[in-house]
Amino acid sequence: MSMWIAGIIVLLIKLAVVLVVLLLLASYLVWLERKFLARLQIRYGPNRAGKFGLLQPIADAVKLIAKEDTVPAEADRLIFLLAPAIVAGTALLMFGVVPFGSDITLWGQKIPLVISDINVGLLFVFALSSLEVYGVTLGGWASNSKFSLLGGIRGAAQMISYELALGLSLVPVVMYARSLSLVDIVNAQESYPFILVQPISFVIFFIAAIAESKRIPFDLPEAENELGAGYHMEYSGMRFGLFFLGEYVHMQVFGALLAVFFLGGWHGPLLPPWIWLLLKIIAISLVMIWIRGTLPRLRYDQLMAIGWKVLIPAALLNILITGAVLLI
Amino acid sequence: MNSVWEAITALAAGFALTFKHLFRKPITEQYPEFKRPLPARSRARIILTRDPDGAERCVACYLCSAACPVSCISMQSAEREDGRRYAAWFRINFARCIYCGLCEEACPTSAIQLTPDFENCRRDILTLVYEKEDLLVDHCGKDTQYNFYTYAGIVTGEGGKGTHVKEDEPVDVKSNMP
Repeated sequence: MSMWIAGIIVLLIKLAVVLVVLLLLASYLVWLERKFLARLQIRYGPNRAGKFGLLQPIADAVKLIAKEDTVPAEADRLIFLLAPAIVAGTALLMFGVVPFGSDITLWGQKIPLVISDINVGLLFVFALSSLEVYGVTLGGWASNSKFSLLGGIRGAAQMISYELALGLSLVPVVMYARSLSLVDIVNAQESYPFILVQPISFVIFFIAAIAESKRIPFDLPEAENELGAGYHMEYSGMRFGLFFLGEYVHMQVFGALLAVFFLGGWHGPLLPPWIWLLLKIIAISLVMIWIRGTLPRLRYDQLMAIGWKVLIPAALLNILITGAVLLI
Repeated sequence: MNSVWEAITALAAGFALTFKHLFRKPITEQYPEFKRPLPARSRARIILTRDPDGAERCVACYLCSAACPVSCISMQSAEREDGRRYAAWFRINFARCIYCGLCEEACPTSAIQLTPDFENCRRDILTLVYEKEDLLVDHCGKDTQYNFYTYAGIVTGEGGKGTHVKEDEPVDVKSNMP
């Protein structure tokens, strides 16, 4: 019984730590994005609130919480109010299977540094990342606005197209690791990271991940200059903040997943494992911001063409070749 | 194959350019610390100027008030002992002013002028209503030479052309050829 209670307490502590780190990192990722993007565009970025604008995320959060929470007339009230929670919730839940260190031993107990080591962790990740689109589509639909609806529909179509490439690009990784558990996949990369043997998979997964987290050049669901703000156009205050938060947590989760599947997860010399994972997440985020600062938004047909005609065939071919290599 | 290579080099060029920008000094002018010198004719806070002799230029003709698209100028004309007009009171509601400059264009005496001073935010909107003493300045503004009354007007009961107080003789347009 006491073991059981201790287990619950340890789990709660892990949950709290991960949640706090994720949310803090998300808010400072916004700061990092604004700052880094500004430098890419020869600007300063936020530099008024605190040194280097470091208090800007806090000021933004205070502003968002203090703002009025409006629901448009004729909106589907319940769905409208719930949709942001789906986006933020699924994005946060996805981190539940990401390992951030090897097992540690405390008071004679082995504590795995992962919230939950599910043996089908990879499927869990895909299930949640598919569920996230419900938040986008339902939010767009419930807003009772043409532009929101267009954004929501685009979001759904984009997710369906890129989910396939995302899943197929990971099949070779599973073939190498011989497991769907993220812990096992990281452990399989002890000697070398999978990016060395699966560079094509890495590129496909990276592109699909950017599309999944709705970032430029794949930000059609929220394309500012066509749709206003797309699916979250009618949202205000912290509900808009939740969409925003979900997007940045999503960015982190995909950074973490890229690290786990291709860059060796928490493996790394000298520094503690969780710092390595954090560094990899931040490095991937910086590359994503660099891409945002360089590439323009794709046209809708181009987006679909890349997804269906380039990424999926390339991923399938990659699976074939990897299978052949593994057999021989 | 050629187009694929082209696409790759084009992408690489773009990424290289943004990466180079990372090490450039930002071109932002940081406003409260650095104030860009504005052109003399930029349009902001309105003033009432005086002529080179130091007298008020405004003759309270109401043209600015009539030209104003948002009706933010109001005044009351009055007459001095010598028969010349002036504004008994003159009021501009800057909370309503859109700084279009039409009053300046309409003014026959160059009295009302816009200045580049744009930092006129107030917490209390009522403090943005400027009276004549707030608007009147001690210089000629942009037009340093112009003195409305020195130009010969029309024949009136007071006298003929060029005989009014401090009025120049009328210009003979035939001798004014280049």
